[in-house]
Amino acid sequence: MPLWVWIVVILVALLLLGAVLVYNRLVALRARVNNGWSQIDVQLRRRYDLIPNLVKTVQGYASHEREVFENVTQARSRAIDANAVPDQADAENQVTRGLRQLMAVAENYPELKANENFLALQEELTGTESKIAFARQFYNDQVMRLNTLIGSFPSNVIARTFGFQTREFFDIEDPVRAPSEVDFPG
Amino acid sequence: MYEQIASNKRKTFLLIFGAILLLGAVGYVLGLFYANSGLVGLVGAVALALVMSLVSFFSGDRIVLASTRAKEVTPQEQPRLHNIVEGLSIAAGIPKPRVYLVPEQAPNAFATGRNPEHSSIAVTEGLLATMNRVELEGVIGHELSHVVDRDILVGTIVATLIGAVVLISEFFMRSWWWGGFRGRRGGDSGGGGAEAIVFAVGLVLLVLAPIIGQIVRLAVSRQREFLADAQGAMLTRYPPGLASALRKIAASSGIPMRSANNATAHLWLNQPSRVQGEGMGPLEKLFSTHPPIEERIRRLEEM
Repeated sequence: MPLWVWIVVILVALLLLGAVLVYNRLVALRARVNNGWSQIDVQLRRRYDLIPNLVKTVQGYASHEREVFENVTQARSRAIDANAVPDQADAENQVTRGLRQLMAVAENYPELKANENFLALQEELTGTESKIAFARQFYNDQVMRLNTLIGSFPSNVIARTFGFQTREFFDIEDPVRAPSEVDFPG
Repeated sequence: MYEQIASNKRKTFLLIFGAILLLGAVGYVLGLFYANSGLVGLVGAVALALVMSLVSFFSGDRIVLASTRAKEVTPQEQPRLHNIVEGLSIAAGIPKPRVYLVPEQAPNAFATGRNPEHSSIAVTEGLLATMNRVELEGVIGHELSHVVDRDILVGTIVATLIGAVVLISEFFMRSWWWGGFRGRRGGDSGGGGAEAIVFAVGLVLLVLAPIIGQIVRLAVSRQREFLADAQGAMLTRYPPGLASALRKIAASSGIPMRSANNATAHLWLNQPSRVQGEGMGPLEKLFSTHPPIEERIRRLEEM
């Protein structure tokens, strides 16, 4: 065979190899984005499960704060029904605000704050909210990587050929991650 | 980050290869002296080295955990610690490691295992008692970064192999002292040369063991601690958390750790001190397993 045939064969093989590598990277990233979303979902569900317990415990001490209880309960059912990523984010922000109000109410009742059950629920809530934040962080990192790969040349050719689509970021308010100046003991 | 993982894998193979060579040499000399055949000793030592490498690959984490007397804790016993470990594992995209508690009052922590799927994180009781949530997140973030980078495999195998080298060189010295020194003196007139060799090798080994420890600690280098600090801060998105934790650890450096030893020193978050009020000499600084804590704090504050 003449030399130019060899050169063409090698070039085609290299191109194919590159395409396979890009395709595999896209598949891996898509899987990680999906995994990231299901992690968020798990943590959000855990927070929904906590809300009725928290409301019941606070109610035992502060029964007249009805508006606060209704707010957070309504926000919860709206969030459970939400579907698309942006709707979900909106509904979760409502839940976060409702929970913040609820915890602010609890601040006014020293007996409630000493209640062991309440303390355990509070730790669960803090833990779950930080896990939501971490899961969101992971999900958004992976979405950014996927979207960058889909958007840049030459990987965009392969992404378009095989129908890979960019995904949406999950933007919610940070419930606990905001650094505070207060030094919590213990 | 991926280059880091690849380079760690290369270093692991080099380290194991080096340790097998060393053990082979020891075996050759031992065989020469006790069985009059260097080959028997060589084969025996290489077989031993292979078994040991396999054992440290598959259960090095358990050996390390046992040597520090760490106990596994459940989410019910330590909800806050478990919540933090789980949250940061989600952020790092790895499975949640097992969580252990070490009965020590000095605040410190380490990670061990062979890959993210088989990993453990251990913290001391002192750490839980002195750190708030943000600081604890900083510490766990640092340890999880070691898990993500596969530093834990290098660290764990190194801990087991160094332990073995130290053990063998000690055994050698003692057997020479009691067996050779007393028993071989009389009668065997041709034993003088062999005895001299054994004596020399034993001495060399005793000197070598700590030096190998230092080489290995350079492999599990100080630079890697900076890297884990930076990556940990990327996980928590809050560098002051770890900085404040390190400051508290520096402040309590006077508390000694009973279970700390040369083989596991490089695994801990900060170099453990064995003696009350142990100071750092210039030579110790040169060969220390960790960068100075002030330098780590300064870099975190600049982020």
